[in-house]
Amino acid sequence: MSQSLEAYLALSAMLFGIGMFGFLARRNAIAMLMSIEIMLNAVNLTIIAFGAFTPGLAEQASTIALFVIAVAAGEATVGLAIVIAIYRNRRTPLVDEYASMRE
Amino acid sequence: MALPDTVPYIDWRWDDLVFLVLAGVMLGAALLVVLGRDIIRSGLWLVLSFAGLAGIYALLGTPLLAVTQVLVYIGAISVLILFAIMITQSKTGPGALVFNRQWWAGLIASAIIVVLLLMSVMLTDFPLAGTELIPAEARDIARLLFDEYLFAFEVVGVLLLAAVIGGLYLAVKDDDMPETNVQPGPGTGEARDT
Repeated sequence: MSQSLEAYLALSAMLFGIGMFGFLARRNAIAMLMSIEIMLNAVNLTIIAFGAFTPGLAEQASTIALFVIAVAAGEATVGLAIVIAIYRNRRTPLVDEYASMRE
Repeated sequence: MALPDTVPYIDWRWDDLVFLVLAGVMLGAALLVVLGRDIIRSGLWLVLSFAGLAGIYALLGTPLLAVTQVLVYIGAISVLILFAIMITQSKTGPGALVFNRQWWAGLIASAIIVVLLLMSVMLTDFPLAGTELIPAEARDIARLLFDEYLFAFEVVGVLLLAAVIGGLYLAVKDDDMPETNVQPGPGTGEARDT
């Protein structure tokens, strides 16, 4: 089981689904950011699994995954800063209270 | 003391047992992150989910990625998220509702995505994929990173610098701008009485 590509891809699909549900359903902006991190982890697992089972691609896949991790770190920084900036204005982290942007 | 080749009593390979345990820990922790009512516990479960994924990276023969996962995700991003939770959680307290009103639509959409992904994984045969894991040498990764992908590496460095400056610009309080939409008085916890 641990020696087949399909097992890792199925695991990654389930992890992505969990993160997607969290992003769509949670009210708290930080919980949505955590769900985004879960989805990014699932994508990274897919890249690594493909690389680990394809001859000659293991190093390339690891390099791509390192880039994904770096960009995800930047995304988390800016996203959390935006949430804190909005929280300072509106005093709530719940996204369905941010109704004034459409008014 | 040498371990036997297979797990005693159930006759599995050790890799399979480790894979199942790590996958269960990772998925369970991710579910608790998404479904948990207390957001600070969600943040702590997120650490466990990242740790399970680091173990799976090690099982996949990429120990460098496992170490990077621990350093960046557990060490940096989780701490950042926990700090942001502690900043934004204070006054409103835990909301009565964790999910928004359209949570069922999100559940249907993500279930469809999972089913589609699982079907496409099961129905596709991957002709290039072997049945053996190929470990990635850290020396080869470093050679790729600093030779072939050197330009992308430098661009990522500039991107991280821009993210730090942008995050500071967004999060640092500027005193010139008056804070609108904040009701005065001690009852500022509820910004909107909906």
